[in-house]
Amino acid sequence: MAGMTRSSPYEVTTRTRASRITAVAAVALLALLVVLPLFAGRGLIQDMFFILTMLVLAQFWNLLAGYGGLVSIGQQAFVGMGAYAMFGGVILAGMDPIPAILLGGIAALIVAIPTAFFAFRLQGPYFAIGTWVIAEVMRLVMAQAKALGGGTGTSLPRTATREMWATEWIAGALDVRNSAARDILTYWLALALAAATIAAIYALLRSKRGLALSAVRDNPEAAKSVGVDAGRMKWFVFLTSAFGTGLAGALIYVQKARISPDAAFSVTDWTAYVLFIVIIGGIGTIEGPIIGVIVFFLLQSLLADYGSWYLFTLGIIGIVVMLVAPRGIWGLITERTGIQLFPVRRRLSGGSLKED
Amino acid sequence: MSFLTTRGLTAHYGDFQALFGVDIMLNEGETIAIIGANGAGKTTLMRSLSGVLRNSPEMITLDGRKIGAMSADEIVPLGLAMVPEGRRLFPSLSVEENLLIGAYGRKIEGYWNLEKIYRLFPILAERRSSPGTALSGGQQQMVAIGRALMSNPRVLLCDEISLGLAPVVIRDIYAAVPRIQESGASLIVVEQDIGQAMKVADRVYCMMEGRVTLEGTPQSLSRDDIHAAYFGVGA
Repeated sequence: MAGMTRSSPYEVTTRTRASRITAVAAVALLALLVVLPLFAGRGLIQDMFFILTMLVLAQFWNLLAGYGGLVSIGQQAFVGMGAYAMFGGVILAGMDPIPAILLGGIAALIVAIPTAFFAFRLQGPYFAIGTWVIAEVMRLVMAQAKALGGGTGTSLPRTATREMWATEWIAGALDVRNSAARDILTYWLALALAAATIAAIYALLRSKRGLALSAVRDNPEAAKSVGVDAGRMKWFVFLTSAFGTGLAGALIYVQKARISPDAAFSVTDWTAYVLFIVIIGGIGTIEGPIIGVIVFFLLQSLLADYGSWYLFTLGIIGIVVMLVAPRGIWGLITERTGIQLFPVRRRLSGGSLKED
Repeated sequence: MSFLTTRGLTAHYGDFQALFGVDIMLNEGETIAIIGANGAGKTTLMRSLSGVLRNSPEMITLDGRKIGAMSADEIVPLGLAMVPEGRRLFPSLSVEENLLIGAYGRKIEGYWNLEKIYRLFPILAERRSSPGTALSGGQQQMVAIGRALMSNPRVLLCDEISLGLAPVVIRDIYAAVPRIQESGASLIVVEQDIGQAMKVADRVYCMMEGRVTLEGTPQSLSRDDIHAAYFGVGA
């Protein structure tokens, strides 16, 4: 789109003053998070790992549902397939768990192709249920994989986790035990994945393709008539989300080091919580999932002792937010203040529009 | 020189046949009007031309190229853009984003850009950050026209741009047509408002029940001719 405004006093921009402050603050925050393991305890690092990986899942579900209009409740399929592919790489092929994470992303991407082929024939609520059914099928299939523990699951071999890339170096450099070094390594990877995810989605939404994505979500036929290939957009978003979700799933299970079909394909853990995060934070915004994951984590810490009342409370909060503030907490904040940290709206600046 | 032609164009919605062998042609830089009553097949013709409805390849040609079977997203880059009936703005996008998305399928730079659209419809510059659907009907129609122009079309297809608008608003919108013509674009204007269509068109086609029943220049057609072609009865 830059070519359009060349040699003109006008400039199409998405930047705002708040976004420049955000950029500076984001770099500072990122630097702080990178050095966090130097002074934080192991508990905090594990909590941060949980927050960051849930944030990645939430950002990808938001891309899918909030921007692509594809409301899937079967994202646990890609968490599970990513995790199982990583386990397969380690147990069956003798890979190191860290490069095997990439295998997880690729595996999720590959199973997403037939999934999309079937699910795209369905619309709206049928699509949502269809994706769930496909995820259940994958859970049942993986429960048959005897080499990976079948229905009861399995653990990563001790040698594989102990000799994992860079753990020895971290243990030596920070003077911590091997198990703590593993937590720090997975935390850093989660931090890198979360930062890369947000940066990539932000870049996508600011691009021409992001605009096309919103157009397809609003009205597929009108989008076509301005030259947007709506079908290709849906495929692009679905496969991208599957790849990212698969990477996150594999990373989560490197840290857990133990897998079972019920846990890896859990609709509650990998889709219901993620929906909650995106909906209370604000669907269709990058800020929403960030706020949502913090609220979710606080609620989880507060209500941890109350068992199923915890899920009950989450459900009530989710419903109330949908009714009272359908655009979530971040929606309320932007309405009141007009602040946008990740502005993707385009504005024309400079020049004068008067007839000369 | 004729560069957009339909030859024996037929179209169906399931078992219902909406077009029965329509032949029209458009010369470069020309404006043609297609008039007719409700259900005459005007919108079906526009949907076929723009690729929303697919046909046999040879039924529509652009510069000798068979485009009848192409989809809308393949046709826009070739230089055909449509202002759809009912405007169909994108509700979650601002006025400006609605305009910018129009440039999505554009392959080459041309006359139209954001600045030129704002000069054509200055009110849109004032409302640029508003959601497209917060505008009045007439302003929304301006956005829809601007959005189509952003692809720098060689042919602009306007489907009932006066529909549901007050006469004074229709006059404002039609005031922009000569400036669009000056930019070098050819136009196909579908209208029920015959008066407006006759004012801007070089030639007129009248359709009834999926067929072209009359064709000529506005000057050569009498009221009675049009009446007969429009309603299918002698005056």
